[in-house]
Amino acid sequence: MSELLDALLDPWRSGITTRAFAEVMLLGAICGPLGFWVLGYRLSYGVESLSHALLPGLVVAMIAGVAPLAGGAIAAVVAAGLIALAARAERVGPDTATAVVVTGLVGLGALLAFAPETPKSIGALLFGDPLAVSDGDLLAAALLVPIGGGLLTALHRPLSAALFDSLGAPSLGVRPDRVRLALLLLVAAAVCVSVQGLGSLLALALFVGPPLAVGRRARSATGALLASAAVGIAGGLGGIYASYHLDLAAGASVALALCAAAAVGALVGAIWRPAAGVRAATT
Amino acid sequence: MIALVEARGLAAGYGGRAAIEQVTFALEGGQTLALLGPNGGGKTTLLRALLGELEPLAGTVALAGRAAYVPQTDRTRLDFPVSALDVALMGTLARGRWWRPVRRADRDAARTALARLGLADEVDSTFGTLSGGQRQRVLLARALVQDARVLLLDEPLSGVDPASAERIDALFAELRDEGRTLLVATHDVESARGYDRVLCLNRTQVAFGAPSCLAQDVLERTYGAELVVLEGADGPVRAIMTQHHEH
Repeated sequence: MSELLDALLDPWRSGITTRAFAEVMLLGAICGPLGFWVLGYRLSYGVESLSHALLPGLVVAMIAGVAPLAGGAIAAVVAAGLIALAARAERVGPDTATAVVVTGLVGLGALLAFAPETPKSIGALLFGDPLAVSDGDLLAAALLVPIGGGLLTALHRPLSAALFDSLGAPSLGVRPDRVRLALLLLVAAAVCVSVQGLGSLLALALFVGPPLAVGRRARSATGALLASAAVGIAGGLGGIYASYHLDLAAGASVALALCAAAAVGALVGAIWRPAAGVRAATT
Repeated sequence: MIALVEARGLAAGYGGRAAIEQVTFALEGGQTLALLGPNGGGKTTLLRALLGELEPLAGTVALAGRAAYVPQTDRTRLDFPVSALDVALMGTLARGRWWRPVRRADRDAARTALARLGLADEVDSTFGTLSGGQRQRVLLARALVQDARVLLLDEPLSGVDPASAERIDALFAELRDEGRTLLVATHDVESARGYDRVLCLNRTQVAFGAPSCLAQDVLERTYGAELVVLEGADGPVRAIMTQHHEH
């Protein structure tokens, strides 16, 4: 019993690990609920592309010594503009345009990251390191939770209406395109903040793992949002514990823990279906 | 009387291409209109143009008053975890202030609307677990909460059980008596004869007027090869293929 207690408490005795716990718990608390809407609006590919496209902005921000959030935000705007421009070509299409632009931006980011004047390795940018979070990173995550949570709460009804019935939403005064844009802006901000913890390649796990783990078991959107936050926090904690005790990379451990939660959720969902379960989507 | 809904020479479509053309009609308060047309004939396009979602490519469209749209239930996300009450409450968004939390008065209005449609016992039921007829009634309750003067309904009786259809028909009569205007897209030619006006649409307007205009040649021009004529005891009964498309 005392061994188990020691295993649970030991990581908290280290300041570095405690900060990592705080970072991943804060990110899980906001990215999980955001992920519920990302999955609902079928934006997973877009969010993955967005997180990858931030790489050059993050590298430039590091070289310039400014906040990664600023560099990430500029990169997100540039990526969105380039994708919109490329997608205008009828023979290209939005999916191909996204693939080409994101690949190009990742390549540009890698070039910049390998430059001698870049102070950080590309590995940390791609895969993150919650054990190396700065006070600024923690502050950004701590601010993201109440601000992002407040905005999500305010947007809850339009988000629900546009997702539930995109054809009828305009007659309710809700513009689905604007709602989707507001969601993407929120997600972009969360991705910029999450990159320090999980890197631009693994940050997506924070968004898709928790809602996939919750699946269709929640009876209400609010219940699904709260459950996604809980799984996000639990996955983050589990990942840091695994990293501490098994001497694994912390960011990758958190991402794997969240993906494992999603896999368990899918497995449970396949085996156990509530008698009055929600039927499959038809749109 | 002043027209609540009016279209003059309306053309609308997607990507600059017209899906409907030459649509001209007007409806006053308390009038019902059956919108008839084949799959892909432009019924949904007309509804979207009336809602202001599609800019007219030609002509004009005007609605005096708020419009509510009632989709087919299978066009909604049945996997989204919302209760019947949640859906009815979405109607309060039409009053603006979307950021405001739901108030008790909103809940009362939504419960009253659901009770009016015989769903008082299903308030907390998950929308996706209800029958097709119950789901259609929930969407109608949402329109009631919107308190719109004009209701645009996309095949509201399609796949609905007889009990729900009866209650929906009764509601339509009540709404007409309240002075609301109903525009109902349907494939059911026989039920269309019970409306005040009919509009036949096959990419262009074939006919608009009293149900007596539904003569054989009008129906043939409206439906073409989709028109199936069945013989009934009291003469020919016309039935229409009902596979649904976008537009």
